[in-house]
Formats: sequence, C-alpha cells, structure tokens
Amino acid sequence: MKRFLILAMCLGLWSMASAEGLFSPPDLPKAKAGSQCVDKPELMRKQHMQHILHQRNQTMRQGIRDSKNSLVECVNCHVTKTAKGDFPSIDDKQHFCAGCHQYASVKIDCFQCHASKPDLITGGK
Amino acid sequence: MTNSLNRREFLTLSSSLMLLTIPVAANPPRPLDQPATSQKRWGLLIDTSKCSSGCDACVNACHIENGVTGNNRPASDAQWIRKVTVKDKQTQKVTSLPLMCQHCENPPCVDVCPTTASFKRADGIVLVDKHLCIGCRYCMMACPYKARSFIHEKVENQKPHAPRGMGTVESCNLCVKRVDEGKLPACVEACKNAGHSAILFGDLKDPNSEIFQKLQKVSSTALRADMGLNPGVRYENL
Repeated sequence: MKRFLILAMCLGLWSMASAEGLFSPPDLPKAKAGSQCVDKPELMRKQHMQHILHQRNQTMRQGIRDSKNSLVECVNCHVTKTAKGDFPSIDDKQHFCAGCHQYASVKIDCFQCHASKPDLITGGK
Repeated sequence: MTNSLNRREFLTLSSSLMLLTIPVAANPPRPLDQPATSQKRWGLLIDTSKCSSGCDACVNACHIENGVTGNNRPASDAQWIRKVTVKDKQTQKVTSLPLMCQHCENPPCVDVCPTTASFKRADGIVLVDKHLCIGCRYCMMACPYKARSFIHEKVENQKPHAPRGMGTVESCNLCVKRVDEGKLPACVEACKNAGHSAILFGDLKDPNSEIFQKLQKVSSTALRADMGLNPGVRYENL
C-alpha cells in the first residue's frame, strides 16, 4: 500500500511538472523581438493547429485573408536566423517548429508544400 | 466661348466624365474579410495578334511570382503557363499564344476529382486544395488543355504565398492572392511591361469592365468550345 502511495505521488508530481513545462524542449529559438503571439504560449503549445485549421479552409476555399491566424505569419515571427546568419532548414533542430516536433517525435506535414522560411525578398517583413 | 455652360454642354461633359471614371472606380478590391462571391467572374482575353512569337515574358513572370522551379527535366517539370505556336495548315498562318488553365465554368478537373481537392472558387478561379490532393492525376487526364502538372520531386524554398509540394497536382491559379489584393496577375503585368499588352484581365460579369466591353465588340474564341466548358480565358484573332 505504501509503495502504491509513493507511485501515485510520483505520478502526481510528474503531471504537475509537465504542466509547468519542465519537459519543454531545450533551447527553442526565441521569436522575433517585439512580436506578440496570437494567443498565450501554453495554449499555443497545445492548440496551434486548431488555430490555423479553420482559417486554412476559409482562405483556400473562399479567399478570406484577414485572419490573425496564418501559417505564413507563424513562420515570419518564429523562424529566426541562426548564428551563421541564415534561416535554418526544417530538418534542423534550430528551426522553431522542428525543435519541438523532433523532441516530441511528431511528424510535420505543413512544410512539404508551405515555405518553412520567411520570404527572402521581404525578410519576413 | 463663354465661361458658363448651357444645359446641353453640361450634360455632354458630365456624362463623358462619368464614362471616364466608371471603369476605374467600378472594381474596388473585395474586403479581405469577405468571401469571394459569384457576383464576379475573373477572366482573361488574350489578343494573339499582339503576342510576339519570341517573347516568353508571361511564362517567366508567372514562374518567378509563384516560385515554379524545375529540375531541368522538361518532360516532367511543372508548367503553369506555356507558349504555344499553332499553324493553319491551309493558309500557313502562324500564331503564338500563351496557354494556361482556362478557368472553365464547368471544369472537368473538378468533376473527376475523387477528394474535392480540385474546386472552383465562387468567383470562377479553378484551384487545387493541396491539403486534400492525393496526387492521383485524374484531373490531368480530364483537362483538355493539358494545363496541370504533377510535382514528382521534393520542392524547397517555396514562396510563402504559393505552397507547392511533391505528390500534388498544380496549375495556374490566376495569381489568386494578387487578385484578392486588387492587383493584376503576374503574366498580365509582365506582358504590359514587355510592351505587348496582349492579355487583358477583368471581371466577365461586370458590364463596366474593360474586358466585358471588349468581348462585346470583338469576336473571340473559346478553346475547344465544342466541349461546352465555357472557359474564362478567351482568345482574340485566333
């Protein structure tokens, strides 16, 4: 019984720790300075796909383009230049999306078609 | 001549001023929070007599605008627009023209698509939703204009506004983002800048638009009109 209690406590601690972000991936690159995300980081961490899933259909099918949620804007703020001075490839851990997705071992499909770097002409504005 | 206008002069002057201002003011871009509607139908009128046989400004502009790159394999590289030379066997008359997705009213590519990835937007622009495209290429077989391409190889460094990737089909999207922003498609602008102005872009449903008025005056050809697809792209002097 004592062992069971200890196990239960450990599990409780573990769930608290993960909720507080102790298990967040190390060294994620910072977003562009002075930029503000569309929602709180703890929500974005879990729900970023929900933010753009509805918007993508509206934009693609109906041409509605005013949404604050946009994959292009995610990339513009979050994909920043490495120490070498160039934008990291999507296979590189220094890419914001790849850093987390490689850590969580979840495949990203977005960048099979979408640009994974800010536009080189506008430099992400 | 006196400074004051009489009634007749006033009416003539004001009506001619009205005529001058209408074509400019009639087409404000749709607000970006509003969906495209069937009130408009975007189309092109291509005057083949102004199209120069050696010129491929429209093709280059399209491929730069949309980041359409190939792997130096012409048989399988994507083409959103291409220059075609046709010759009348009887008269030997040679005509050069650009050929792209004809943005049909009844698009066969949409009819055959098993996943509804191929679709026609309310304002007549025919598009591929690559989120749904499974790369079956049925649309490529259905299109009588050979307007679509399949992406065989991995694509990198795409334009943010023009996603394209391996395993999906793509074609001319009439520069849909530029059109939504009230700009001209890249090919139309490039043709103008090259000094030919052979491609006219506009709303086929707006009686005040330049394209509507020109289509009423000149005789134009719909390619493969026998198929009843009613393409949004028309050719003049063909």
